[in-house]
Amino acid sequence: MIDAFFCSLLAPFHFAFMQRAFFAAIVVGSLCSAIGTYVVLRKLSFIGDGIAHASFAGIVIAYLRGLDYYFGAAIVAVLTALGIGYLNRRGAVSLDTAIGVLFTGAFALGVFLMSRLPTYNVDLQGFLFGNILAVSPSDLAFIVGLAVVVTLVLVVLYRPLLFTTFDPVVAQASGFRTATIDYTLLVLLALTIVISLETVGIVLVAALLVTPAAAAFQVTRRFSTMLVTSIVIGASCAVAGLYASYDLHAASGATIVLLATIVFFAAMFIGRRLRRPS
Amino acid sequence: MSALSVRNLSVNYAARVALEDVTFELEAGRALGVVGPNGSGKSTLLKTIAGLVAPNQGEVRVFDCAPKRLPAGTLAYVPQVEAVDWGFPATVWDVVMMGRFVHLPPWRRVSRKDRQIVGEALDALEIGELRERSIAQLSGGQQQRVFIARALAQQPKVFLLDEPTTGVDARTEEALRLVVRALVAAGSPVIATTHDLDRAVDWFDALMVLDRRMLTIGDPLTVLRSGAYASIREHSHTHGHARGDGMPEVSVG
Repeated sequence: MIDAFFCSLLAPFHFAFMQRAFFAAIVVGSLCSAIGTYVVLRKLSFIGDGIAHASFAGIVIAYLRGLDYYFGAAIVAVLTALGIGYLNRRGAVSLDTAIGVLFTGAFALGVFLMSRLPTYNVDLQGFLFGNILAVSPSDLAFIVGLAVVVTLVLVVLYRPLLFTTFDPVVAQASGFRTATIDYTLLVLLALTIVISLETVGIVLVAALLVTPAAAAFQVTRRFSTMLVTSIVIGASCAVAGLYASYDLHAASGATIVLLATIVFFAAMFIGRRLRRPS
Repeated sequence: MSALSVRNLSVNYAARVALEDVTFELEAGRALGVVGPNGSGKSTLLKTIAGLVAPNQGEVRVFDCAPKRLPAGTLAYVPQVEAVDWGFPATVWDVVMMGRFVHLPPWRRVSRKDRQIVGEALDALEIGELRERSIAQLSGGQQQRVFIARALAQQPKVFLLDEPTTGVDARTEEALRLVVRALVAAGSPVIATTHDLDRAVDWFDALMVLDRRMLTIGDPLTVLRSGAYASIREHSHTHGHARGDGMPEVSVG
């Protein structure tokens, strides 16, 4: 009886593709939530959404040229991230206008190119909503490799990123190169989005960047604890959501994001009670 | 050599002139107060000295060095408290510790010495007991103390304070004054903008009246008696801020 229960509990793990999916979910969930802490505190969520949409053009162009999808997505994502950083600093156009015009334009280009393909292509559609079960061993190696690089940079830049997130002006006056730090963060954000595309997809990646960190913000009052809490929430939601999606025969990306949304509202409720003077 | 020298400094924001042909020097171990109406360029002057704003003309030298080329940590700039989001997840201790960051390369952990410096900065501002408090729960005066404690923790050579006494109670104001006087006694040059003329004599060794141009600079008492500030106040009251070429002429007493 108990054996049978555990057997059914562990059933998903019998398949190699499920093992890869779970591993990818943990990596992507953690990384998005770590970067997400900066996204939430610096109010970059719209930028994250924009980079994700723009990268679709890169995916389609890479497909047409017979290149690696990730390669195409990464090039376009990093270029748009740097472009938006430049516009943000120069202040020539208002930021949300620039994103609204450029990123939807790039996304439209991707859809346009895809629609002209002779055969209807499920492959590319998968990037819109993610298909975590399709993560191949080489995909996983790419995801893990890039995640290690992003994590290392985040660790090395922990203090400069914290200072420039709270008070960029004073950080600059005291001698930090804030422009370099800002651009680096945007590149890290772009790379994180790229490795998330296959897991949660373009449409939902912004939620994974924002929701766990926003939930963590509700229940913590120090940056370091917010960062750790966000990672724990993101990774747990990714694993639990993937598991639930297997059981419910539902889309994995959507299940993960829904779960994170529920956690956010729970955290908001708990946060209110924590803050209430006792 | 002066600790700080500003020569023929002009700064424009787009089409608007923020500062015009400002020239002065400040010795080490002296505190300079800058007064002037809103929009007179006081904050711009501090930001330009801090290397945050690039001059359109003229130059700023801090210890005979362009601000942007100074060794990291040389200069502490304390903005007005509204400059940051106080809802940020941090305790008082966390924010003051940020003052140490410029001295901490990635591979170095926060040392006992760093903690001691932060502790002393908190004590100097009499906020030691607030160290665990979330910054979201601070009053305006406490926020100002936290900002100045962070600057102290940085152990800079030059202090630039933007309206440190605006919106603080008399006790905080006196605590801040004592901190500034201690810095000056220890040989630091300090520049602070202020609206508080009554206390200028107690705070500063020199006072500048600024209204985009530098109208006068000198001993605080002399400057106050010259009526320079009163005249631009009157002027800006009658003419608003549309001061074209009709700059008030003021005799430096």
